[in-house]
This record gives sequence, C-alpha cells and structure tokens, in this order.
Amino acid sequence: MTALTVPARPDEDASPRPVPWQRMAWVTWRQHRFALAGVAALLGAFAVYLWLSGLQAHHDFAAAADCHPASSYACGNGLDDFNNTYGARAEAVAGLLLAVPALIGAFVGGPAIGREMETGTFRYTWTQEFGRCRWALAKLVPLAVAVTAAAGAFSVLFSWYLQPFLADGNQTPLAPTVFGLRGVAFAAWTLAAFAIGALAGMLIRRVVTAIAATLAVYTGLALAVMNFLRQHYLTPLVSRNLVSPPASAWIISQWWTKGSAFIFAPWPPDIVQREDCPPTSFGPDGPSLAGLTQCFVRHGYTRWTSYQPASRFWPFQWIEGGWLLALSVLLIAATVWLVRRRAA
Amino acid sequence: MNVLEASGLGKRYGRTWALRECTLEIPAGHVAALVGPNGAGKTTLLNLAVGLTAPTSGTVTVLGGRAAGAPAALAGVAFVAQDTPLYRNLSAADMMHVTRNLNRRFDQPYAETRLAELGIPPGRKAGKLSGGQQAQLALTLALARRPRLLVLDEPVAMLDPVARRDFMDTVLTAAGDGVSVVLSSHVLADLERVAGYLILLSRGRVQLAGEVGGLLAAHRLDSLEELALGYLRENPAEVTR
Repeated sequence: MTALTVPARPDEDASPRPVPWQRMAWVTWRQHRFALAGVAALLGAFAVYLWLSGLQAHHDFAAAADCHPASSYACGNGLDDFNNTYGARAEAVAGLLLAVPALIGAFVGGPAIGREMETGTFRYTWTQEFGRCRWALAKLVPLAVAVTAAAGAFSVLFSWYLQPFLADGNQTPLAPTVFGLRGVAFAAWTLAAFAIGALAGMLIRRVVTAIAATLAVYTGLALAVMNFLRQHYLTPLVSRNLVSPPASAWIISQWWTKGSAFIFAPWPPDIVQREDCPPTSFGPDGPSLAGLTQCFVRHGYTRWTSYQPASRFWPFQWIEGGWLLALSVLLIAATVWLVRRRAA
Repeated sequence: MNVLEASGLGKRYGRTWALRECTLEIPAGHVAALVGPNGAGKTTLLNLAVGLTAPTSGTVTVLGGRAAGAPAALAGVAFVAQDTPLYRNLSAADMMHVTRNLNRRFDQPYAETRLAELGIPPGRKAGKLSGGQQAQLALTLALARRPRLLVLDEPVAMLDPVARRDFMDTVLTAAGDGVSVVLSSHVLADLERVAGYLILLSRGRVQLAGEVGGLLAAHRLDSLEELALGYLRENPAEVTR
C-alpha cells in the first residue's frame, strides 16, 4: 500500500473563524430533498385538484350569481344547486387538508434530527468543525422556512377556492373547519407541527415513534384550540332577544335568563316549552324558531347570543399566527438547547 | 504539548459513574492506546475528549489546553466513533462533499486518492460498502480534515483480520506524518504493533499510564498484552459505586 502523506500542519487554528453558514445549505438539501419533494408532491396534488375544481366552481357560481332577477325562484334554485354540487366536496377537501400540517410536521420535522440520533450519525456530525448548535440551526431553520412558505403559498390557493362558498355571507369564515386553512393560520400550523416534530425527534431519538408522537401531540393541540381556545381570542359580542347576529358570525353560545337568573341553554327544555309555549299555540305547522323566541320573550325570558363577527377574521388570524410562531420558535430553541447539552 | 489532558474528570449516568477521578496526560506524537475491559469507561473518556459529552466533574482539554468540544478543539480533532456511523444512503463521494462542507479544511485530493487505493467506488452508497470499507471511508474522511489529533473509538472491533491490518496501516501512516492518535480497543492484539503509549482503564478509573517501552522495561515484560493482562489480574480495581 502506498504511503500517502498527510502533512502535519502549523498551529493556525487556535481561534478559528467559524465555517460559513451557507456550507450547510447543500448538506441540508442533500439530506432532506426527498422529504421536501414529498411535501411538494402532497401540496401539489391538492393544488392541482383545487385549481381544476375551483375553476369550475367559480364558473358555476358566477353563472348562478349573475341570475336575474336575483329574488326569483329560478335564481334561488341555481344557488341551491351550486351548494348541493360543490358544498360537500369542499367540506371533504377541507377535512383532508386539516391533516396536512400534521403530516408535514411529522414526516419532515420528526426525522430532521431524530434520524441522526437513531442511526448514531450525530457522533459524526457533531464532531465536525461546523459545530453542533450551528448544525442544528442550519438544518432546522431552512427546513422550517421551506415548509412554512410552501404551506403559505398553498393556503392562498385554498382561499381562492373557498371564495364562492363564503360569498353569500351565510357561512362564517371563522368556522373551525376552514379557519385554520386560510390566511396565515395554515402556514403557522405547519410551522408549529414541524417544530413539534423536530423536538420529538430529538427527545425520543426514534424516527417512527417521533412521527407518531408528533401526530398525537399536534392533533391534541389542534382540537384544543378549535374547541376551547380560539373563541376566547377576543371577548365575544353579545346580542339580546330578537337582534340576531349576522349569518356570517361564529355563534359561540346561546342562553336564556329570566329576571337576572340564568335559566337554560341553549334552548328551553321541552317541559318549559310545553308549559309556556305549547306547540298547539302556533297552528298546524308547529313553532318556527323566531315564533318560539317571540313567545318566550312574551313570557319574560331573555335570549342571549354570544358570537364572534366575521370582521374579526384577520385579527383572529394574526393572534393565532402570532402565538403559533412564538410557540414554534420556542420549540426549535428547545431542540437546539437539547442538542447543545445532550450527553452522547 | 499534551494532545489530551484530563483532570479529576468524571461522568455519571444516572447513579452510575462511567468514569471517575480520571487524571491523565497524553503527550503529542504517539499512537496512544486506551485499553480495558468492556464497560471500563473507554468510550465515555473518548466522548468527553471530543466534546460529545459534557463532564459531570473535572475538566478535559485537547491540543494543549483547548476545552474539549470548543470550536478551536473541533478544528484540530477528528473523531471516528464506534461502528463508524455514516449516512448510509449517501455515496462515498457525497460523504466527502458533506465533510468538506462541514470543515474549513478538507484535503479532497488526499481523500480521492485514498478511496481509489482502497478500491471504494465513489458512487456507491455507504450502506452498501463492506464493514472494512465503511471503516476505511470514515477514517479517510477524518484524515482528510488534516487533524492534529485523531480519536478512534473501537475502530476495528467489527472488522475481519485483513481489514484490521489495513486499517491499522492507515493509522500508522498518519501517525508517521505527525498526527497524534488516541484509540481505544478491548482487543490487545490489535494494539501490539501500533501503540507507543498505553492507558489502562478499569471500572471507570485509570490504572496505569505511560510510554509502552518504559512500562515494559519497568515490569520486565515483553509484550503489551502480558503487561495489561497481568496488571488487570493482579490489581482487581476497587469497586466504588
């Protein structure tokens, strides 16, 4: 075997300049290009569907909305047809899309550091001159930016797709099923899912387990926010008796009082209804909601409705985007801190 | 200059001390062998020396007083971990590219020539190389960084006898070119030929340290194996846990 010379070198590295950040760009890309391609494929497939289906929906909606005179039976029928044709489809797509941030976070974030821990390659990487904290940052930040940007671009398309369904003002843009898919929320949720995945990978050190944990934690967080947290971002407005909130408002709750005491929510129980406003008093068709409300108001009850108006869409978007961004930064910082202090 | 210096160094995992009160100096210019039975604390000491692990107590420095794991230390120390972890789905050429990107200094011609000599195809994925080739690739990547200290943790444990000899030849060549080497092994026969400095570690403590020639003369022995085995038999280390 030939003796290859490795010349000993002078002691010039007592206080070295750090290896430039951009050197990690190629490494990160080389190691995660398949994950990023997967994200592109997933969002791309949805995007193609939204684009084709959306063009058709916009066309049909424009035709239905152009109908004259707008109050005619035929025109009402046209809009009904539109909702019947596309409504269920849009709901199904929205339902599927709710899972997308979780999938991106789990399958890009989970392995980002988790795979290095599982295979032991961190012993190679962390002893290179680049340095382990900088390595973790140079990996996580570009990946986080990439998935967030992709999700952000995608949600612009989804907002366009959804326009016809919100145009009539009978649906609230704050509805839990669509709020998280528009504005900045979709990108923010994707970022948060990625940060959860990265931390899970570092903590658990097993890729598959980290992916499962990410999906579970994300689902729990998303459900908690949808059902409990989001409605409290701003104090709800409260309307009284017959002053109905607009159809585009997000109804939070409804209750009745008599005098100053809380009586029942959301509607009077049957026994009260039979006593004070029996169905027989409304004629053969039975009571309408408005009729029933009027009857109860006559009997001294007061109906209260708390709601979030549709005009709060953007404030809510910024609040949700803001705290999710803060949470993500915190989780990524925690991951880097763990990389720094972890005893191999 | 000492390439490795530990003072009162200790590392505890949970309630177990993997290494305790370790004080030693390894001077530059040697192939220093860290020997001891399994669980003696060899890997722990090396992980501390390359900065993968933070000590529970005491200090460890490399290359004349640089804190282990600090940027100045990482720049001059190359490490090949046990089982030579490589990115299995990257080719040898990609691994070179990665290593070049993660270090300011990388001797690409050396790495390429070396791989050609070893008959490792640059396009083959690291995971598809034989155990010996993987070990040689990891060693080549480490040496191409032109380190002043090369740290190897059980580098030949998984290799067949031919691959062991080839690997140790590469290490000896590097040492001949002025690279200080610290390597651990529990197979004493591997070290006989290469080690000029010996550190005997048992139950988390240094039992014996010094130049092999001097130690052998002092104990009137011929081989490192006799010395180490004899010492371990005669001085069963006190269990202090």
